[in-house]
Amino acid sequence: MQKDFILITLADDDEDDRMFFTDAFDELKINTVVNTVNDGVALMNFLNDPESILPNIIFLDLNMPLKSGIECLKEIKNEPRFKDIVIAIYSTSSSEEDIENTFVLGANIYIKKPSNFGKLKEVLSEVVTLNWQYITSGLNKDNFLLRM
Amino acid sequence: MKLFLKTDTSFLIKKILEEKLDTFNVKYNIINTNEILFLEEIDTITYEKISALLTEYGFEIIENQKNIIVQKIKETIIEMIFNENAPSVKSSVYLAEKLNHSYGYLSNLFSEVTYTSIENFIIIQKIEYVKKLITHHNLTLTEIAFKLNYSSVAHLSSQFKNTTGITPSAFQRILKKRNEFSSQNIN
Repeated sequence: MQKDFILITLADDDEDDRMFFTDAFDELKINTVVNTVNDGVALMNFLNDPESILPNIIFLDLNMPLKSGIECLKEIKNEPRFKDIVIAIYSTSSSEEDIENTFVLGANIYIKKPSNFGKLKEVLSEVVTLNWQYITSGLNKDNFLLRM
Repeated sequence: MKLFLKTDTSFLIKKILEEKLDTFNVKYNIINTNEILFLEEIDTITYEKISALLTEYGFEIIENQKNIIVQKIKETIIEMIFNENAPSVKSSVYLAEKLNHSYGYLSNLFSEVTYTSIENFIIIQKIEYVKKLITHHNLTLTEIAFKLNYSSVAHLSSQFKNTTGITPSAFQRILKKRNEFSSQNIN
């Protein structure tokens, strides 16, 4: 009756961060399938390729070379084909203005990058679990806002 | 005359499944001849219909009984929250009575299948309802707190903040700005 894994795409230019994230996902109770891209252009190429299977969630670093997280967010929100994808922004910034702005532009989740691995796992677990309830319980995704 | 036929059974099975499933308004992927992945939530009525239709063609759903109970728990919770005339008993008592299992059993099963607890699921659903009320019905938080049986506005606000990370008023403001932003983009 239900699908039993979450497809995740992670866009981050920092190799260490990518590794931390994928390791953290591996340790979650919910099954995740994670693919990573190194910058905003690669992310949009991946999403725009008709052969690609679209992810359930995109984790988007705000500061990336070539194309920033904000630019990606705007492009994704302008394409009806991507309307079911949940967007999780993560950044070192905790400026109220930045956070509210990404929500207004259509992001669902804002994560302030945690300082250690244990905390990252906790945050991702909470994000993925709540997202799972949106997928499996038919909740209205337009009202999905979460700040961690 | 005699015809000699060769069949590709997996092609045949997929074709039948497609024809039958297309009559329901649900998104699905046929993974292989014995696995169908539904890309959205199926309510119990549709599920029963699909099951009945497939049985006619000799398919048997090796169903997961646990999922069905979990689905019933969810439906009961939603009914409790959205129905203002629901009996005012504790949710644990109500669920146990309605589903005819002990609450302990239901609670363990629910956590195992959904990765969250019944208590947490109730909070998520309540907060979703609050979101709907503050965005579409222009009710004040005081009215919403009363409608949803919160002991106080403060309790409602803090539960909202704990669950979403933002305050109810920030939520309202963001959604309003978001709507203005997207209508600007269309014009």
